[in-house]
Amino acid sequence: MAAPAWAPTRRADGRRPAACGVPPQAAGLPLSAAKANALNMALAPTFLTNPDRFMAFSRWAAPLFGMLAVGLAAAGLWLGFTAPEDYQQGDTVRIMFIHVPAAWTCMFAYFCLGGASLLGLVFRHALADAAAAAAAPLGAAFTFLALATGSLWGRPMWGAWWVWDGRLTSVLVLFLLYIAYMALRGALDDEAKAARASAILALVGLVNLPIIHWSVEWWNSLHQGASVFRAGGPAMGPEFLWPLLLMALAYTAAFGALWLVRIRGEVWRRRAVALQLREARA
Amino acid sequence: MSLARLLRREASLAWGRGGGPLVALGFYAGAATLLPLAIGPEAGRLAAVAPGAAWVTLALASLLCLDRLFERDFEDGALDLLLLSPAPLELVCAVKCLGQWLATAAPLAVAAPVAAVALGAESRLAPLILVSALIGGLAFVFLGGIGAALSLGARRGGLLTAVIVLPLYVPPVIFGGGAIAAFASGLPWLPGFALLAAYAASAVALGPLAMAAACRNALS
Repeated sequence: MAAPAWAPTRRADGRRPAACGVPPQAAGLPLSAAKANALNMALAPTFLTNPDRFMAFSRWAAPLFGMLAVGLAAAGLWLGFTAPEDYQQGDTVRIMFIHVPAAWTCMFAYFCLGGASLLGLVFRHALADAAAAAAAPLGAAFTFLALATGSLWGRPMWGAWWVWDGRLTSVLVLFLLYIAYMALRGALDDEAKAARASAILALVGLVNLPIIHWSVEWWNSLHQGASVFRAGGPAMGPEFLWPLLLMALAYTAAFGALWLVRIRGEVWRRRAVALQLREARA
Repeated sequence: MSLARLLRREASLAWGRGGGPLVALGFYAGAATLLPLAIGPEAGRLAAVAPGAAWVTLALASLLCLDRLFERDFEDGALDLLLLSPAPLELVCAVKCLGQWLATAAPLAVAAPVAAVALGAESRLAPLILVSALIGGLAFVFLGGIGAALSLGARRGGLLTAVIVLPLYVPPVIFGGGAIAAFASGLPWLPGFALLAAYAASAVALGPLAMAAACRNALS
């Protein structure tokens, strides 16, 4: 009997097989996915597509990213809290170091979700699907953080917890998209169908996201415009720019670490399901 | 089955089965009636929100019609037959949406200016509301079809469809509502209207791809 596909086997030529981390049935792959896998090996970035290699990589990469996030956040927060008060915003300017990187990260997380969904949909790769499933709750959490800190910042600055302004609304719609993605994923019993359906939804959202963003920007905005990535250089002093950039890197590293941990958890869960199935069949 | 016959089938099914557009119109009238009860019947306040309220209620009414689009055909196996037909499934989905638009979105679009004027909007707004409801209805149906196809076979499919589709309804609601509000206050309304038409056109062009992929997934 052939070894199960999730087992770390080696082929005769010594190269690791392009197997997925779980048996095709448990990962929800049709058995004809071998062809798609061959295509995947030819086209996709192949280094991490092998689950064994991914697990070996993420075992040290996830804690590394985590420590990087802690260090960068410590440095960024130190610089942020020792920065002089803003002449207009006073002490509340420090909320920016928590709020702006969260808003960047929640957009970044959606692009990761969309990219992983595309890879999962086109190449039918189980690991890409696990990555998409793992990214959605993280993205929703960062979106919620951006909304909550923005609301706390808006109260002293604008005098209102919430205004129906373009920027705020577009982030809120992003949050709703994450909710829709997770709801769809949870509502379908068949894991393979849920994976493909939610991947389609993620791609539809990816196409719609810029349009939604522009459509709400079409309103007059109370939110300040872009002040870091703009033509003519950043519009803020270095004493604010440095902690902001450090915090942005810290958030990105934290997202990376949490994402890797969640993908690992998903792979372990699928392996456990595969083992249970094998036990049941034996 | 030729596409013309498919269109006739879809339109007559959407028109005839279970009350047809009357149910949608009834919902539309009921929701529009709740509004003055909720925010108070002062004419000035109602007139200010009337076009927007008519527009939002239209989005909700077309949302509620979506369960008729794929669910029945999925359950009784007609969708499997359509998958086997020589026409590509993308085209079949587009024709189904077109039939839905003819049978429910168009009657709703006729009702939209009536509701707006009854709520106190100026009657000179009526033609623009009618035309933008016709065009926006296309966007609502073709985007809603994606949600309806994705939630095939899901538990609580109707609620799930709404959760999926409502974020996608944001741009047409903004563009259409913005164009009508701009026209009402004498500002240039053409940009918003053109954006609404562009969004509807891209929904008609790209929506069937996602719908067909979702249907194939549900039937696999």
